Amino acid sequence: MSTPRTLFEKVWDSHVVVDSDPALLYVDLHLVHEVTSPQAFAGLTASGRTVRRPDLTVATVDHGIPTTGRSLGIRDPLSKKQVDALIQNCRDQGITMFGIDDPRQGIVHVVGPEQGLTQPGLLIVCGDSHTSTHGAFGALAFGIGTTEVEHVLATQTIWQARPQTMAVEVEGTLPWGVAAKDLILGIIAQIGVSGGTRHVIEYRGQAIRDLSMEQRMTICNMSIEGGARAGMIAPDETTIRYVEGRPFAPKGTDWDAAVAAWESLATDPGAGFDKVEVLDAGALVPHVSWGVNPAQTVPVTGHVPSPDSYSDPQQREAAVRALEYMALRPGTAIADINIDHVFLGSCTNGRIEDLRAAAKVVEGRKVDDRVNAVVVPGSMQVKAQAEAEGLSDIFERAGFSWRDAGCSSCLAMNPDVIPSGDRCASTSNRNYEGRQGRGARTHLVSPAMAAAAAVSGHFVDVREWQLS
Amino acid sequence: MNPVRAITGTMVPLDRADVDTDQIIPQQFLKRIERDGYGDFLFYNWAHTDDGTPSSDFIINSPDRRGAKVLVAGPNFGCGSSREHAPWAIQQWGFDAVITPSAADIFRNNSSFTGLLIVVAVERLSRPEVLGMNGAAAPRSGLDRALHVVRAAEQLRRTLDVPLQQVIEPFHQLDDHDFLNPGHALEKTRSSS
Repeated sequence: MSTPRTLFEKVWDSHVVVDSDPALLYVDLHLVHEVTSPQAFAGLTASGRTVRRPDLTVATVDHGIPTTGRSLGIRDPLSKKQVDALIQNCRDQGITMFGIDDPRQGIVHVVGPEQGLTQPGLLIVCGDSHTSTHGAFGALAFGIGTTEVEHVLATQTIWQARPQTMAVEVEGTLPWGVAAKDLILGIIAQIGVSGGTRHVIEYRGQAIRDLSMEQRMTICNMSIEGGARAGMIAPDETTIRYVEGRPFAPKGTDWDAAVAAWESLATDPGAGFDKVEVLDAGALVPHVSWGVNPAQTVPVTGHVPSPDSYSDPQQREAAVRALEYMALRPGTAIADINIDHVFLGSCTNGRIEDLRAAAKVVEGRKVDDRVNAVVVPGSMQVKAQAEAEGLSDIFERAGFSWRDAGCSSCLAMNPDVIPSGDRCASTSNRNYEGRQGRGARTHLVSPAMAAAAAVSGHFVDVREWQLS
Repeated sequence: MNPVRAITGTMVPLDRADVDTDQIIPQQFLKRIERDGYGDFLFYNWAHTDDGTPSSDFIINSPDRRGAKVLVAGPNFGCGSSREHAPWAIQQWGFDAVITPSAADIFRNNSSFTGLLIVVAVERLSRPEVLGMNGAAAPRSGLDRALHVVRAAEQLRRTLDVPLQQVIEPFHQLDDHDFLNPGHALEKTRSSS
């Protein structure tokens, strides 16, 4: 009998080309976008190399592109140069690219799963930290830097130190009105922003198995906010049903063989983890971040904490600085915080289920006069689907601006910059200082919470007025 | 390639935890397609006022830190985005090494490729007394010692001895008065956990 292995160990072991530390691993899918790739392509060309497996490399544009007026082209000359470089590089190297006019264009971590490129058991890399998203399918997926992008382009392999394993066991059932976003914010609050460092997290337990694929993506997406190298969830019926029939998914007998292989990936009974964290999903409530890192969150029913509530002196001092940046006072009720902007989108919460959850809250209501509310679908396919379902009408009637797909205000590399001093309820993943624009103040929330805040002009406990 | 054994020069204390790569180099500077020219944008939002003039109170703008070689930072340095522009900016500003109790995974990988040396310091001393509460002794090891040595006499050049994993300075030149000042940031960050 073979030694019981975890999901991570099975995927890692099956990709080892050179068994050393670090190990050389084979890459099944390399996703590329315009911001972290130009220097890698330039290095490749300078050394006289070509892309080893253009057929396993897929590119899209997302970070720097506008979400309005696309027929006018990209007006920012630097962003345009970056996108033009990607177009040229993909043309030169024979790489499939979903360009700005392609109906498949979108955020790289929304597009991969949507197209069926993301599949269980694959090793997936991308020059972007939120590559962890793809782990929701039981793939081993992690972000890499530009030098590594060049290495993968040239060799289809990557050197990696073997991470440790960590189980996050989420038992129970998520209460009504509590979203996957609240669950991952709860996990990060428990483990801290570096709790997962040098580990690959496997999310396990009944509450995880109960999640849809899109909810699982929200969870795995923010693994990096807990410091983890990657996040993974064992593939099951939910996974297989999601992948089936997508453009790049296996077909016919290949499909049957793939499903059989995927069904063997789950962690074996008796396999051990280096670290285990346990959470009760039933105890979770909607979260709002008050500070400048994703562990600085409180329940929506709570108050801005006092720095004195932190026993660790460094965390206390970090809280002092966070309160100053966020212009918040300890003791302020979260529900009393007024907001200026709502950003609904990102690779964390820009999928169709996210838009449905928000639309359900918004329907028949109006965005508060003081609030500038924007929906940026995660991909053009999500946008088309939302329009077909009538969600865009709900948002537009309520006063939301309805945009084209991209990363947008999540990191404000395109024109969607939140002005300095303004406060934004955002469904994105990072509330770092300046993330949405210099001096902008970000509060991370779920899509339903963001929608409710747009209508109210301040945070509200969406459970109080969600319709069944 | 020659191994790095020692780095001698001015050092900069940045005693903050969880410094993310968005702080190291903000997103508006990621639009270029070159690998160089990022040094001026290091810690841009902290180092500049709203109108873009350098903030005199941010430490890398201090005249006596000009040309510094080593950055001493709190734990989980370089967390967040995978942007390799972060180590590029640190090196292109002039730093050769970062001393930190822990660097985030992707940042650490990226630094290993760009040649930015990451020296891992023991996070915090467990017993406050070894910090020299009576003024007799300096902290003996770890981040506290590195911060102490780097802060103590600001004009002095220090040596980061890589094999010894220590920041070295002539002991008699330590300024314990500054270090023990109750208002000093190090006092506030002393941990007994």
